[in-house]
Amino acid sequence: MAVSHAIASGMGGMRTAGDLVARMQMTRGMKIQEAKNYVADKLNVSISDLTDPVVMTEVREELEIGSLNPLPGCLKGLEAKMRIAEVLDIDINCIRRLRNKGLL
Amino acid sequence: MGKIMTRMGDGFPVEMSENQLRGDLAAGTEDAADRGKISPLSKEELQYLFDIFNSPYRFVSTEPGKEVVLSYDAAPIKLMRAAVNVHRIQSLQIHEKLLGADTIELGHIDYSFKPVKPIVGTEQTVLEQTLLVTHAPLFYGAMPNLGLYRQPDGPFPNPSELMQLGKIDEARQSYEMAVEDAVKDIVYVSSAMYDSGADGINMDTTGAAGDADFLAGLKAAEILKQKYPDICIELGMAGEFVLGLHGELTYHGDRLAGMYAHDQVKMAEKAGVTIFGPVVNSKSSRSCPWNLSRAITFIKACCEVANIPIHVNMGMGVGGVPMTAHPPVDITSRASKAMVELCRLDGL
Repeated sequence: MAVSHAIASGMGGMRTAGDLVARMQMTRGMKIQEAKNYVADKLNVSISDLTDPVVMTEVREELEIGSLNPLPGCLKGLEAKMRIAEVLDIDINCIRRLRNKGLL
Repeated sequence: MGKIMTRMGDGFPVEMSENQLRGDLAAGTEDAADRGKISPLSKEELQYLFDIFNSPYRFVSTEPGKEVVLSYDAAPIKLMRAAVNVHRIQSLQIHEKLLGADTIELGHIDYSFKPVKPIVGTEQTVLEQTLLVTHAPLFYGAMPNLGLYRQPDGPFPNPSELMQLGKIDEARQSYEMAVEDAVKDIVYVSSAMYDSGADGINMDTTGAAGDADFLAGLKAAEILKQKYPDICIELGMAGEFVLGLHGELTYHGDRLAGMYAHDQVKMAEKAGVTIFGPVVNSKSSRSCPWNLSRAITFIKACCEVANIPIHVNMGMGVGGVPMTAHPPVDITSRASKAMVELCRLDGL
């Protein structure tokens, strides 16, 4: 059922930019269109690119914000989230925690 | 006139004529409008729903550009339930890498705040490890579940038993004491998870034990928002209206019992909730067109008044999805598309 919804109306998660748009709803309480506009602007892509896995794979690999099939040496997991915080200009709680521990 | 294949609210296939389909769509929206004292769907919206159900395709989807964000309740528990032998962290990696999840959510198998409290340290460690290897925003989810605070499972006299004895005041006092304890537990567990780095807290199935349950969720959200101004709180409901099991509980002067989604969301906003998850129950004895038309009428009214993002519950037995453990893709995709496009949703 979750898969049916994901294909019928979901943004695609980290195959595309779904996780990034979700972050804007969660950190700034943005409605969907505002969140999409914000992310598209920060990534310098169009709104339609946000749900295109081919375009977004290139963008994600270039910015090192996490990709489905990570290449050796690229940023992954928590490392990629440090870059996401930077690219989207938002605070991510687990990254803030590292900063508070004096690790960044 | 051709026959249209659709389903009943329990998922079983059924054939309808065009007139029957139009009749059920109209009856569904009228039922919601009558109960919620809200506007029914317009002729154009009903025609849009008719076209979706009349589509010959097995699977339908939103138009490109209208996609929304998905959040999940109890995601790792669902793989456990299916007897897939993976740890919760691996389960969330599967969700974000293989299932297209926009957000992920860690939860305990009991999925209630009260039983998590004594093992919160273990849960924090799992959450911290999950954060190391995942990319999508991570919720920690659980239910207020006031049922766990009444005897024999909890400390307070059982209100259902007191009511049978005519002890109305005592039953109400029991609910009120349970609210205070539940708020402490929700705040304790949520604070621990947020301190460990969670991106958000999902209070799921709120209101399952009636108006007191909903009040506990609202009060806990208010405290958490004051304590952590940046915290994301998603508050998902248990049913389409708040059951008045206490009957007289209020939040900022508004009586909670009997509230439908368009009133519930205003309470959530007052409490500082970031994302609201309304519910409309599916009736298994009515058709899916009737259920979906009815659900969309309620949710559209909610979205029209909401200032915060709305993620509608569309799992088994809610939001126009049939009450079955394995919802078919034909009806789930129709419900998904119609709900997103007619209500201008922010997420599911």
